[in-house]
Order: sequence, then C-alpha cells, then structure tokens
Amino acid sequence: MSDQGFEWHRRSDLAPGDQEQRGVGLKLIGYLTGLGLAVILTATSFFVASTDLVWEPSIPVAIIVLAIAQMGVHLVFFLHITTGPDNTNNVLALAFGLLIVFLVIAGSLWIMANLNHNMLPMDQIMRMQR
Amino acid sequence: MFGRLTWSAIPIDQPIPLVAGAVVLVAILAVLAWVVLAGHLPYLWREWITSVDHKRIGVMYTLLAMVMLLRGFSDAIMMRAQQTMAFQSQGYLPPEHYNQIFSAHGTIMIFFVAMPFVIGLMNLVVPLQLGVRDVAFPTLNSVGFWLTATGALLVNMSLVIGEFARTGWLPYPPLSELTYSPGVGVDYYTWSLEISGVGTLVAGINLVTTVLKLRTRGMTYLRMPMFCWTTLASNLLIVAAFPILTATLAMLILDRYFGFHFFTNEAGGNVMMFMNLIWAWGHPEVYILVLPAFGIFSEVVSTFSGKPLFGYRSMVLATMAICIISFMVWLHHFFTMGAGPDVNAIFGIASMIIAVPTGVKIYNWLFTMYGGRVRFATPMLWAIGFMVTFIIGGLTGVLVAVPPADFLLHNSLFLVAHFHNVIIGGVLFGAFAGYTYWFPKAFGFRLHEGWGKAAFWFWLIGFYVAFMPLYAAGLLGMTRRMQHYDVAAWRPWMMVAGVGAVLILIGILCQIMQLVVSIRHRAELRDRTGDPWDGRSLEWATASPPPVFNFAVMPDVAGEDAYWRIKAHARAQDLQKSGPDYRDIEMPRNSPTGFVCAFFATIMGFALIWHIWWMVALGGIGAFATFVVFAWRDHDEYVIPADDVARIDRANLAERRAGMQLEAAAP
Amino acid sequence: MTETTFDHAHGDPNRLRGMQDVVAAHEGPAPKRIVTGYGFWIFLLSDIVMFSCFFAAYAVLLGNTAGGPKGSELFDLRNVAVETGCLLLSSFTCGMASIAAKARNRLYFQLAMAVTCVLGLAFLAIEGREFAALVMRGDGPSRSAFLSAFFTLVGCHGLHVSAGILWLLTMMAQVFAKGFRADIERRFLCFALFWHALDIIWVAVFSVVYLLGSAS
Repeated sequence: MSDQGFEWHRRSDLAPGDQEQRGVGLKLIGYLTGLGLAVILTATSFFVASTDLVWEPSIPVAIIVLAIAQMGVHLVFFLHITTGPDNTNNVLALAFGLLIVFLVIAGSLWIMANLNHNMLPMDQIMRMQR
Repeated sequence: MFGRLTWSAIPIDQPIPLVAGAVVLVAILAVLAWVVLAGHLPYLWREWITSVDHKRIGVMYTLLAMVMLLRGFSDAIMMRAQQTMAFQSQGYLPPEHYNQIFSAHGTIMIFFVAMPFVIGLMNLVVPLQLGVRDVAFPTLNSVGFWLTATGALLVNMSLVIGEFARTGWLPYPPLSELTYSPGVGVDYYTWSLEISGVGTLVAGINLVTTVLKLRTRGMTYLRMPMFCWTTLASNLLIVAAFPILTATLAMLILDRYFGFHFFTNEAGGNVMMFMNLIWAWGHPEVYILVLPAFGIFSEVVSTFSGKPLFGYRSMVLATMAICIISFMVWLHHFFTMGAGPDVNAIFGIASMIIAVPTGVKIYNWLFTMYGGRVRFATPMLWAIGFMVTFIIGGLTGVLVAVPPADFLLHNSLFLVAHFHNVIIGGVLFGAFAGYTYWFPKAFGFRLHEGWGKAAFWFWLIGFYVAFMPLYAAGLLGMTRRMQHYDVAAWRPWMMVAGVGAVLILIGILCQIMQLVVSIRHRAELRDRTGDPWDGRSLEWATASPPPVFNFAVMPDVAGEDAYWRIKAHARAQDLQKSGPDYRDIEMPRNSPTGFVCAFFATIMGFALIWHIWWMVALGGIGAFATFVVFAWRDHDEYVIPADDVARIDRANLAERRAGMQLEAAAP
Repeated sequence: MTETTFDHAHGDPNRLRGMQDVVAAHEGPAPKRIVTGYGFWIFLLSDIVMFSCFFAAYAVLLGNTAGGPKGSELFDLRNVAVETGCLLLSSFTCGMASIAAKARNRLYFQLAMAVTCVLGLAFLAIEGREFAALVMRGDGPSRSAFLSAFFTLVGCHGLHVSAGILWLLTMMAQVFAKGFRADIERRFLCFALFWHALDIIWVAVFSVVYLLGSAS
C-alpha cells in the first residue's frame, strides 16, 4: 500500500472524480457549464411534462431521453468520468454497473409482465378462494 | 422497555434446541474462561481481533466457516435422522422445529459456511498472489469480517432466544409475512442477513479494488494467476448482486414492520416480485460461491500436474463469460410459477448456455493433467473428486434447466440432490482443497496427509451415498422439506441417505483429527522452504507463514506463473549474488474499529428483532461514533525500518535455503 | 532446485542475466488516492444497483393502487421543481467545495459546504412536508402497493441525502480540526462522488416517478 515510485504525471490512471491538473478558472467553467446544461435539461423535461403543446404519446420517450442526457451531463461535468485513457477502469466499472441495472429493471419488468399476462391477478385468485 | 422480549422467548418446553444451545454456550464460556485465565486475551486482542492483516482476517473467516459447518451439519444429520424415522409416524422432531432446522441449515451453509470459506481463502491468498502487502482497504476488511460474524452470531442466538424462521432458506412471502409468520424467526433471518450482507459487500468492494488497482510491477491482467481472475469475477458479482438482496429483504422488512404492501396478499402486493428479485440475487450467488472454487482447482491442478494451466486465456474468457451470463438466467428458479413458454424457453436456453464456459473449464483441467506428472496429494484428490462429482451435478442442472422437465422435478428431492451435488461437490470440495493447499502458507506447517486422505474418501463416498438416493426419491415424487411421509417406496432411499450422512460425519471427524494431529506434530510437518508443493505463483515466493509485510521487496513479474519463472531462471543460470535493496515499509496500523462496530451492529440487530427501539438508537449512534473516532485518528500507518525488514528477510531466506537443501538431500 | 533460488525471488528479476530487456507493462500498485476513489466508485455502483431494485419494484407495482390514488392525483410538480433546484445547486456548490479543497482555501471550502448543507436540508424539508401531507390524508405507504413502492423509492433517496448531510457535517468538522490532510482529502473526494451520484439518482426519480407519473 505504499506510494513508492509514484509520479503523478506518469500514471495512465485517474481516480473517479479527479480531473487532469488544470487551473481554478477552467474548473469553475466546467462546473458552470454542467450546471447550465443540467438546468436547461431539467427545465425542458418539466416543460414537456406539463404542456399540451407536445404530441402526447411522445412525452414519456422525451422525458426518458432528457433524463438520460442529464445523467450524462452530471457524469461528465460533476463526476468527471470521461472517455480518456486515464479513465478506462472507471468507465468499465460504470458499464458493468449499468449492464446490471439494465438487466435487473428490464428483466423484472419483462418477467412480471409475462407472469401477470399468464396468471390471474392476485386479488382475483383471492376472490376465487373465498 | 424490552419490546417483544420476555422470558417466554426461552424455549423451555423444547429440549433439543435448549440442550444444544446450552452445550454451545458452555463450550463458548469454557473457551473464553481458558483464554482469560491463561492470559491469552491481550494476545488475541492485539494480534487477531484488532488485526487488519489480510492473512489473519482470512484465517478468521475460514475458522468461522468451519465452526459454522459443524452447526450446519448437525442440522443436516438431524434432518436425515428424522426422515429415516418419520415413515408413517411423526419421528422425533415436531413440525415447527423441523421447519426451523431446514431453514437454519440452508441459511447457515450458504451464508456462514460457503461464503466465509471462499472469502477467507481469497483474503488470505489474493494479495500474496498479486505480490502486494495488503488488500486495498485493510480496516474495512476487518469491519467486513466482524459484520459477517455478527450475522452468524444472531442466527445462532435464535437457538436459545426466540425461534428461527420456518420459511426455508429463502423466506418466500406470503408465508414470511407478518400474517403467517408472526414470530421473530423471519426477523432473525432478515436482520442477520442484512448485517452480514453489508460485511460481504465490503469484502467484495475491497477485493475488486485490490485486484484491479493493487498489483505488483509487471503483474498485468493476463499474468495474474487464475485464482485472482476468479476472485475478480466472483467479487464483481458480489458487488452487483448483494445490493439486490439488501433491497429485497428491506422490502420484506418494511412489509413486516411498517405494514407496507410489497409482497402481501392485500392492497395490491405482488408475491412474485419477491421471487423475481430474490433470484436475481440468488443465481449470481451460486457463481459467487463456485467461481473461487474453480480458481482453487485451477491452481491445484496446475501445481500438482507440474504444468502451466492449459488454455489460460480461454479460462479467463470462460470466467468472465460466466460472470455476465449468471445475471441472465434467474428465472429458471421459478419456471413453474406462471411465466409463459417464450420467457421460460429463453431463460432455459440461457441456463444451458452457461454450462458451456463451465465445460470449457473442465476440459482445461483435464488437459492440464494430460501429460503431466500428477502427484496425488490431498488437494489434488479433492480436485479430481470435484471434477467427477461436479460433472454429474452440472448435467442434472442442465436437465432441470429444461422447462418441461422442471415442471416434473421442481420442488422435489431431485432438485435438492442437484444443488447439493454442485455446492458440496463444487464449492465445499474446492474450499477443502484450498484449505489443505494453503494451510502450510498460513501457518508454516502442512496438514497430515493420512488423515486428510481418509477425510477425503469418507466425504466423497459419504456424499454419493447420501445424495444419489435423493435423486431416486425425487424421481419417485418425494417433495423436499417433508417432516414425515407415508409412501413405502421412499423409505429405503431415506435409510441409505441416512447412512451417507453418517459417512460424511466420519469424514468431518477425520478432518478434526487431521487438524489436531497436525498441530501436535507441527515440528515434523514444518514447511521451511515456503514452497511445500513446488508451486507456481507468488504466494510461494515468501516464507511460510509470511512476514506481516508479505514481501520484503515487492517482486517484479515478467510473465505468467510468476514464481515458476523465477525458479526456472534461478536454476538455469548462475545468479548474481547482490542483496536486494531493502527500504522502509509502511503498514496499516491495527484498529479495533471492526470489532467495536460489529459489537454495536449486534446490539442494533438484536434490538431490531425484538423491537427494542431505544437500543436500536444506541447501536446506531455507537456505530457512527466508532467511525468518527476512526476517521479522527492521526496515524493510520506505522513504519517497519529497512534494517528490521532486512533482518527478518535474511533470517527467512536462510531458513528457506536450509529447508531447500534438506529437501534436495532427501532421496 | 538450487540453493541460490531465493535471493531473486525477493529481488528484482530484471537483474537476472538475459532479462534486462524485459519491460514491465504494469507499473505496480496504484497510489492511495486512486485506490480509495476507485473503491468508492465501486460502492456507488452497487448502491445504484440497489436503487434499480426499488425502481423495478416501483415500475412493477405502479398500477397496483388497490383503489387508492394514482400518482397524477398526488404529485405537485412545483414542489418537485423546487426540490430539483435545491439538489442541482447543491451539486454545484459541492463542486465549488472541491475546487476550494484543491486550492487549500479553508474559508471558501467551509462556505461552500455550508451552502451545500443548507440546500440539502431544504430538499429534505420539502420532501418531509410532502410525505407528511400524504400520510395525513390517509395516503401513507400502507394504503396500497403503489404507495409502498413510491415511499420506499423516494424515501430511500431521502435517507441517502440525510446520510450525506451527516457525512458532510463530519467532513466540515474534520477539515476545521485537522485541515486538508491527505486522508481527509481522499475522504472528501468520496463525499463529492457520493453527493453528485445522489443527484444522478434524483434525476431518475423526478423523471420516472414524478414527471412520468403526472404525465400519465
């Protein structure tokens, strides 16, 4: 666990959340950009959800797309997860996590929808047993 | 004041748990008294309880697993005895007690035997194999161990205070809901698993980070020993799957404590959501257990065949494939619960696909042995026993992965036979192989071979005699978890299975004898060379037991089978005799954080089970305060000066060289 | 096996004859900051997997209102917008605290952290008021499976924010007492990751639960 032989600039690795060395001004601009984009995306989603100007069936899709975009903004500008070579391990871990999230949510929805389709809902079974 | 806890919680009217509990209590008190009276307490506190050394923590995990194995096995032999007796009669165990026993047996064997056993071995070995000095988070490692121990303690407490769950090893609702299980049994189950689950998650994060971020110079991914790869895969699965268990049990807890309606029959609850989520954890869990065992077998087979592992890269690929696919098969645990043919077919096919990388592994081990000079030492016997047994278990697994077949076999003893076939034949044999293989590394002396071989044969034969009849009984229609039965055709199979359990008991007794005999004869069994098996990876490149810093100088790695290369080069060439460049070594300081935190977790868990709310708050505040105190300390490391490192290392080298010469001189 | 084996098991095999040209492709153990940050990153991913279970349960139980109210009858989007604003700004101020920590400016650090804390508390207060109002109206978590899942999902996020605030206050006290020590900086790196990740989960919560809930 010792730090022997370590020189910052030579490593091809960054901790998640760490940025390349850069000045305070640049960092501030980064966070401000992130905040700006996040505010715009949030406002758009709230607007889409509460207006009748948008074609109704497209609303859920739009909200989901905006949410995913905003998560991306947070990841890049606040958590500093980038596609650079110093971030490979962090991105791989993230990809693994997202795969599991996808499998759990999509799998659950699919399985449960299929079960409900093939079985009577629970309250009807209960009613039949009475 | 004490919530639901009253004197009636002590089961005075049930002699079996009470006597068993009393015996265990007396044994614990006797051990404690001996420790205190003989003055070992300061040593234990200093060197073990507060230790953050991965080797010590690994040993403690393994010890916990072996003690819990005795508990889980006594449950098993009680069940076998009950089923041999309970033909057209009630046997000697009343139903409510029998139900607690099979629930406790499964829970203990999975969570407090198999899990700590493999985590213990990974903890002990992986940093050594990677050529580093400790895991990524030494103190958290200790926290993880002690939280696991807390879970084990709570489960065993249920023996004498209150009761354990009667719902099976997975508490399926609605049976586990408050309406049908009003007692504290399910609460014991949920809270002990929530607490030990946190411990397991911590261990998983720790080992993933260790493998990915702490490797010695030159140890690239494709130079890591196979065991490190399987450790990585298994711990990735822990990190991804255990949160699912935590969330699912949390929902059950909310149902039971606050009247939520996740899995209830009323108000729109859906019990199937529990099956779905619990198996989304449960299936990866199977691979969390068996992947490290695969790693152990890879090390053992390659060492005792004197050859590099055949198809190393295909093995890596197979391991990672299993890691991903294991998350896509969970529905096969509830084929019969209403899903349509398309969903069942897809999950059935995925379940068969996962057998392919496992098959790749089996062939790799066989080809590793092929043409090698195989030495049949005890670890190798376990490995060969595993290969034969696991193939049978795997094939019956493919059989039940066929949905139409599963409609006939589900919930029968066939299924019980199948999963014991893979868990005993895979995980437990692997754990025993690893235990025998790495014991000399941990303690500096080998285990006695004679007793080890006897234990192996009794276990192997006992396993077949105990579980093959269950396949037959299952095909005859006998369902699992029967407290008594009236079908005459099942009886002979139950009698044979009972004999098998006795054979396994003899196997366990042989293992206890092996340990006792080995400790008594440790002088003759001493491993002075640090490399008792002519090993291939870096754990054998240091003394047995290794110094606290593992390696005086961190080794440089230039290829696969790192230590084998070092040995080969040393043999082939005349070496320059310059001493290594010793430096100061920083090591993490010991810390009681883990133990104290687990102490408060125990209080909190117990209080939650019995609804003693002030005690819950006390435990929570205590645990938080412990962490703050830990975070506040100023020195988290101590330095071993270069001179001391040099002295220790030169002594070890001299000792090892003498051992080598002795070995070379022997015929 | 020869007796000379072990000097070099411990030494540098690059010194062995014929192996000088071997270039190690891996540089050895990572420094602590990377190890700590990465470990915490793994923890965050596991936490997100836990949230995914609550999301899955919410999605599956969405229609199981058992005759009780639906989401669109309960949610007040103005409240949610204010909550979202609080969390977004707090993420930004947390970023400011990161910059201050890097610049070793204690005053700005404490200031940014204090603002973050206030914003987090405001978020919790609004959420608490919403929950209390629902329970008062008899639409508590035991009303229906849908409401159970709603309270658990949103409440779990709220619980994380509460834990985050406890951690935040501890961090402030630590920096006040001990300054920017290496281990405290590592801990702060983890805290910042945690706080930003909570924001990401909130994006999912307000989109899936509130916006989709009131749109349908």
